Amino acid sequence: MNKLSDTLGRFGGVNLLPVALAAIAFVLIGAPSSWVTLTIAGLSMGMMVFLMASGLSLVFGLMDVLNFGHSAFISFGAFVAASVLAALGGWLDGDNIMLASAALGLALLAAIAFGLAAGLFFETVIIRPVYRDHLRQILITMGALIVSEQIILAIWGGTPMTVPRPAFLHGAWIIGDVSIEIYRVFAFGLGLAVFIGLMVLLNRTRVGLLIRAGVENREMVEALGFKIDRLFIGVFMLGSALAALGGAMWAGYETLITPALGGEMMIVVFIVVIIGGLGSIEGTLLGAIIVGLTANYIGYLAPKLALASNMILMMAILMWRPSGLRPAVK
Amino acid sequence: MKDTFGALAIKTTMLVIAALLLFAPFLFQDVRALEVAARICIFIVLVASYDLLIGYTGIVSFAHTMFFGFGAYGTAIALKQMGPGWDAVAFGTGAGVLLSLVVAAAIGLISLRVKAIFFAMITLATASVVLVLASQLSQITGGEDGITYRVPELFKPTTKLLVDENGQVLRWFGVKLNGKLAAYYFVFLTSMVLFFLMLRITASPLGTVLKAIRENEARAEAVGYRVVAYRTFVFCLSAVVASLAGSVYAVWLKYTGPETTLSFSIMIDILLMVVIGGMGTMWGAVVGAVLMVMAQYYLRDLMGAAAEAMAGIPLLPEFLDPDRWLFWLGIIFILLVYFFPKGIVGTLMTKGARR
Repeated sequence: MNKLSDTLGRFGGVNLLPVALAAIAFVLIGAPSSWVTLTIAGLSMGMMVFLMASGLSLVFGLMDVLNFGHSAFISFGAFVAASVLAALGGWLDGDNIMLASAALGLALLAAIAFGLAAGLFFETVIIRPVYRDHLRQILITMGALIVSEQIILAIWGGTPMTVPRPAFLHGAWIIGDVSIEIYRVFAFGLGLAVFIGLMVLLNRTRVGLLIRAGVENREMVEALGFKIDRLFIGVFMLGSALAALGGAMWAGYETLITPALGGEMMIVVFIVVIIGGLGSIEGTLLGAIIVGLTANYIGYLAPKLALASNMILMMAILMWRPSGLRPAVK
Repeated sequence: MKDTFGALAIKTTMLVIAALLLFAPFLFQDVRALEVAARICIFIVLVASYDLLIGYTGIVSFAHTMFFGFGAYGTAIALKQMGPGWDAVAFGTGAGVLLSLVVAAAIGLISLRVKAIFFAMITLATASVVLVLASQLSQITGGEDGITYRVPELFKPTTKLLVDENGQVLRWFGVKLNGKLAAYYFVFLTSMVLFFLMLRITASPLGTVLKAIRENEARAEAVGYRVVAYRTFVFCLSAVVASLAGSVYAVWLKYTGPETTLSFSIMIDILLMVVIGGMGTMWGAVVGAVLMVMAQYYLRDLMGAAAEAMAGIPLLPEFLDPDRWLFWLGIIFILLVYFFPKGIVGTLMTKGARR
C-alpha cells in the first residue's frame, strides 16, 4: 500500500486526479468522440473558472482576507465586456479578422482595466478598515456584494443581455466525428497562458518571491523591511482583474448574461477554491479542472445529478483532505 | 448589576413591541398590517436563532434560510399530500426538523473543525445547491411557482370561533373572531415560546461556554470544553429553531415557494436584521426584525414617491426605484458594520455605562 502511494506520489500525486477522472469517464461514456468533446468542454470551463478563482485564492493566501464580494468583479467584467462588444458591433460583423480581434481585445482589456480600478477601490475603501477581523470581513464584503449587484441592476437592467461573439470564434472544427468548438479552445488557451504567466510571476520574479514569502510568514517579510501592504493592493487588483477577465470570457461562452451570473459562478468558484486548497495557484487550477470535467461528464452521464455533483465532489474531497488538495496556507 | 439608562430604554422598547404585537389584530385593523405583524413575529425567531450562531458563538453560516426552507417545505408538502389536518402539520414539521438536524450535524461535523471562513463558504455552497434543487424538483416542491395548500380548519378565515345569537361571527372591538385571528395568535404564541426558550439558553451555562468559544477558541479548548462538539450542537439547535419557524410561516402563509423561504435575499435580510439590531444580544434580533420588516413593507412606497419626484435627473431615479431598496440597505449595512459593529441594541446597552 505504501509502495503504491509512493509510486503515485512520484508521478504527480493528486495532480493525477483529473487524468483518473477522464479515464473513468472514458470507460463509462464508451463513445470516444463524445468523450473528446466533453473533455475539451470540461477543460475550457475549468480554465475560465480558474481565471475567476485564482484571485480569490491568492488574496486569501497572502492576506488572510476572504472576499465574498469577489463575484461582483465577475459580473462587472461580464457586463463591461458585453457592453464594449455591443458598442463595437460593426467591427464584429465584417469579415475583417483584424477588426474583430481588435474588438475582442478591447472588450477583454476594458474588463481587465475595470477590474484593476474596482479592485483598488474595493481594497482601500471596503477591506482596508477590517483587516484581521474575519467576522466583519465576511459581513462587509457581503454588504459590498449586495450594493454591487444593485448597481449592475440599476445600470444594465434586469433583462438578459446578448453578447456578440467575433465571427472567427463561431462554429467548430470537425476532426473525424469529433467536433471541437473554437471558442472553447480559445478559452482554454487564454486560461493556460494566464496560468503560465502567474507561475512565472510567482516563481521567477522578485515580486513573486515576496508574495510567496508573504504567504509563508507575513510578519517576517515585514520585519525585513518590505511594505507588504502595497504588495497586497497589487495582488488584490490583479485578482480582481483576473476575475473580471474570467467573467468576460464566461459572458462570451454563455452568450446570454443576466445580473445573476456572478452569484451563480461564485458558488462554483468557492467550491473550486475549497477543493484546491486556499492560497495556492496550482491547487486552484487543479480544483477548477476537476470541477469543470465532473460538471461536463455528469451532465452527460446523469443530467439529474448534475446539480448536486459539485457539492458531492466537495464533500468527498473534504472528507479525504480537510484543507483541500494542495493547500498553501496552514 | 444596576440597569443603565440604555438598558432601561431597550427593555421599555421590548415591552412596547411585545404589547403592540400582542394586540396587533385589534390595533391595526387591516390585512396588510396583520401580515406585517405575523412576519415580524416569525423573523424575530429566525433572526434570534441566527444570532445564536453569529453573535453568541461567532460562526458565520449562510445556510440559515435552508433550514427555514426545510421546515416550510416539510409542512407544505405534508399539507398538500395528506390534506389539511393537524397530523399533516405535525408530520411535516417533524420531517423538516429531522432533515435540518441531520444536515446540520453532517455539515457541522465535516466543516466546523476548520476555519470560520471555510465554514461560511461551505454553508453558502450547500444552501445554493438546495435552492437549485428546490426549484428543479418541481414534482415535489412545485418548482419556482411553489406550493399552495389548505391549512387546518381552525385557521380558515371562514371559521367562526365564537358566534352571537344570530349565528354571525362575534366581534370584539370591531374585530371578527374568525380563523385568521386564531392563525395570528398561533404564530404569535409559538414565536414567543421559541424566543424565550432561546433567551433562556443564552442565560444558561451553555450560553456562557458559547461566548467563551467566540472570544477565545484555543482557551476554551484548553479549559476543557470540546469546541467542535459545542459548535455542532449550537448549529443543530439553531437549525431546528429555524426549521420550526419555517413550519409556522408555512401554516400562516398557506403558500411556500423559493422566494418566500429559501432565496438568498432572505438570507441577506436575516444578516441585515442581526447586524442592525446588534449581534450577541437576543433583544437585537427583535429590534432588527421589527425595523427591517417595517422597512420592507413601507419604505418601498416612500422610495417610489421619491423616484417620481426625481424623475428629471438622469440615473438617480434608477437608484431610487422601489426595486433598488436593497442598494440603500446594503450601504447602510456597510456603514453599520464600520461604525456600530454592536448594532442598535449593543450600542445603547453600553451607552449609559460609560458615564
